[in-house]
Amino acid sequence: MPDSSPSLRRSTGSELLDLRPLRWGVVVFPGSCDDHDVYYCLKKVLKQKVDFLWHKDELKGEWDCIVLPGGFSYGDYLRTGAMARFSPIMEGVVSFARAGGLVLGICNGFQILCEAGLLPGALMRNSRLQFVCRPVFLRLEETDTPFTARAAKGEILRIPIKHGDGSYYADEETLARLKQNRQILLRYVDGKGAASAEANPNGSVENIAGVCNEARNVFGLMPHPEQAAEKIVGSDDGLKIFSSIIAACQERRR
Amino acid sequence: MRVKVYVTLKRGVLDPQGKAVERSLHSLGYTAVEEVRMGKYLELKLGPMTQEAAAQQVREMCEKLLANPVIEDFRFEIQEP
Repeated sequence: MPDSSPSLRRSTGSELLDLRPLRWGVVVFPGSCDDHDVYYCLKKVLKQKVDFLWHKDELKGEWDCIVLPGGFSYGDYLRTGAMARFSPIMEGVVSFARAGGLVLGICNGFQILCEAGLLPGALMRNSRLQFVCRPVFLRLEETDTPFTARAAKGEILRIPIKHGDGSYYADEETLARLKQNRQILLRYVDGKGAASAEANPNGSVENIAGVCNEARNVFGLMPHPEQAAEKIVGSDDGLKIFSSIIAACQERRR
Repeated sequence: MRVKVYVTLKRGVLDPQGKAVERSLHSLGYTAVEEVRMGKYLELKLGPMTQEAAAQQVREMCEKLLANPVIEDFRFEIQEP
């Protein structure tokens, strides 16, 4: 039977490879401001199926990946991410994550995931008390996750940061566990790949820029991969993260 | 009844804001200041209930929302009207 569907192509083997676009959900909190950047990156650059999910709704339907975008949810009052984690949609996001669903938290999204207990540690005021907005170099530490599999271990990515509360903190015990389980996925480095004090933009312990959970299906990072998605803006290194997720989800569907 | 809640950073957690205030106090001549740690102070007004019930509820509020146990400690005082 001829296959007329453009979304189904025969792989080299006998099984059908499902190349339908993934279903991405981008959660919108009051004060989210990078939600449209994530949408643009996924929809226009990567031709994915994306929907905005209002924080007051329940999480319904089938999703491949849920993104918590950057911004200043609830004005960053009390602590960054502290109130967003109690938004009605978060109950569904937590269940989705606990069931193995992929959740990506960028900047404020990372802060929310830490507050929600889906990721270890906390994000605090930058050590120099200044809002930092510039591209940084990041070293990719682990590639055996759905978020980083398409990159090479030790690869240097150039991706912007823009935050005032990005200083990652975890106590000694947690830090030891993160290392043992290889949950530290990104570190701030200099152009040569050294995680020096000078290359640390915000005072994060051990230059940590992004961590995943133990099950490796929840990833939070302070840098903005969605804002490094086209060469015209200076870098498309952020696509490494998104294309890794796409590849991982397609693998899961087989 | 009124409850005063104090949220402070755990020992060992860096406090860049406290450090900045400390330096400012030094530059104003208050050289006796050895350390400044910044925290949060919240005042809650609760409807009528027993001291025990209030203490239990405020503790829950602190654990769930008002403080982040990863980086902060809390304590509170309950004041009878």
